[in-house]
Amino acid sequence: MSTSLPLRAALVSVLILAVFLGLWQIGTMGSGPVADMDPDYAKLMGQTATQGTSAMPGPGAVGAQLWQHLRDPFYDRGPNDKGVGIQLAFSIARVFAGYLLAVLVALPLGFLIGMSPLMNRALDPYIQILKPISPLAWMPLALYTIKDSAISAIFVIFICSVWPMLVNTAFGVASVRREWLNVARTLEIPPLKRAFTVILPAAAPTILTGMRISIGIAWLVIVAAEMLVGGTGIGYFVWNEWNNLSITNVITAILLIGVVGMILDQGLARLARLVSYPE
Amino acid sequence: MTAHLISIEGISRRYGGPAIFEDLWLGIDRGEFVCVIGHSGCGKTTVLNILAGLDKPSDGVVVVDGKAIEGPSLDRAVIFQGHALFPWLTVMGNVSYAVAARHPDWNKSKVRAHAQEFINVVGLTGSEGKRPSELSGGMKQRVGIARALSLSPKMLLMDEPFSALDALTRGTLQDEVRRLCHGTGQTVFMITHDVDEAIYLADRIVLMTNGPGALIAETVVNPLPRDRDRNNVHRHPDYYALRNHLIDFLVERSRSFKDEIAGRAWDRRHPPVIRPTATPFVVPKEKLG
Repeated sequence: MSTSLPLRAALVSVLILAVFLGLWQIGTMGSGPVADMDPDYAKLMGQTATQGTSAMPGPGAVGAQLWQHLRDPFYDRGPNDKGVGIQLAFSIARVFAGYLLAVLVALPLGFLIGMSPLMNRALDPYIQILKPISPLAWMPLALYTIKDSAISAIFVIFICSVWPMLVNTAFGVASVRREWLNVARTLEIPPLKRAFTVILPAAAPTILTGMRISIGIAWLVIVAAEMLVGGTGIGYFVWNEWNNLSITNVITAILLIGVVGMILDQGLARLARLVSYPE
Repeated sequence: MTAHLISIEGISRRYGGPAIFEDLWLGIDRGEFVCVIGHSGCGKTTVLNILAGLDKPSDGVVVVDGKAIEGPSLDRAVIFQGHALFPWLTVMGNVSYAVAARHPDWNKSKVRAHAQEFINVVGLTGSEGKRPSELSGGMKQRVGIARALSLSPKMLLMDEPFSALDALTRGTLQDEVRRLCHGTGQTVFMITHDVDEAIYLADRIVLMTNGPGALIAETVVNPLPRDRDRNNVHRHPDYYALRNHLIDFLVERSRSFKDEIAGRAWDRRHPPVIRPTATPFVVPKEKLG
């Protein structure tokens, strides 16, 4: 029992993966060819019935497909056949665009709400009503008013990532310790400088928590949004491959969506660690 | 009226209901070390906040150097009860933040050099790069003192600065404050509820009765020599007269003071000045400012 905890945890993780892959393999092996079937009847049946193989790809098939994608992620053979890297890049670009817009709106507005009890109360009902609206519910309205599907997707990302940032910024700014503000006041720090040198660093950890929640939500929503608007993006890719009945590609895409989401989250987590301070 | 550095003139503070304190008058001279003692809720901290410009009196004014206080000022540095350091800055960062606020025209190296000087003064040389979370309570308060002194303020305001520290650290820091303030002729207004701290540090001790409606009952002139030593102070013939007077006030008279003066004409502008000695006497009124 002297081995370290991380090592043992890694061992268990690998074991879980092995069991999962094993069960997957067994589940998709099929039962072998079925003998003596009327050819006319066989035509009506799927491959599971006729050849005994599973329609669900096994881990080997998915792995091979994943390798194919990773070997050439950026090929472009027309609108319906682009490399998965290009699709992911489209999605990430949309997420960043919408997210950046949300940052530009949420941080100043959050500061205002956090610093002014009046604005806090005045805007609270709107935030409470707008916050729980599913971002996809805005899609028709966005398509109708903006008349551009690509920008509509960006708008949807904006609208879904703005709330956690706004609420957290306002909360972080409002709960800056009174004595820190008093220090700034006795040092006659002008308001704008006070906002940047005292309130911002004090509220930064809370703001970053909001930004981390937002990027997570934005990545969740982009897949659904792209299934609706189509054209490009990993969400469109998933839906397109479903229409192609290529389950292998769908599973591959699901895996990649998870990996990219994790990278985005970890990036923000690292940023959060940079601005956090122990008291 | 003689020109005090600070003149508190008839201030009251009400939060809706009855006044916490009413019609307070007090003058503080340049270079004086004044301690205020009184029980919690008598509005000591509110008086200090008004002096700092962080709070406003409901009535009355505070005049500093001939000008009424309008708001906070770099001339009145505050040492807060909880050290109130910025945890995201280092020791150097915290002190130089204040120095840069005081001297916006100075360049970075001049600011740092000035901050370093005061970090050395409070004995934190070598800890410049540490964050507040890496410091002990006493060291944090030292940074707070360095930050306040680096402003070279006209007046230093201290709100129970050592109440959160253990007895040993408190003693050391009292020695430091004594050394720094008496050496430079710094004017200090300090709130405390520690009688021994007041005896050791103060030239004058202001006694406040319990709130609401708190008032200044007396100002006590410290009869001990200004050059006093922590270890010998209790051997001075007047020590126990002073200490007993303060304790009696805190234990009994702060509560019943309104009965004590009931039926008498009470001049709020000139509360009695007491100088407790082995043989007590009252300073005659015509000698008052």
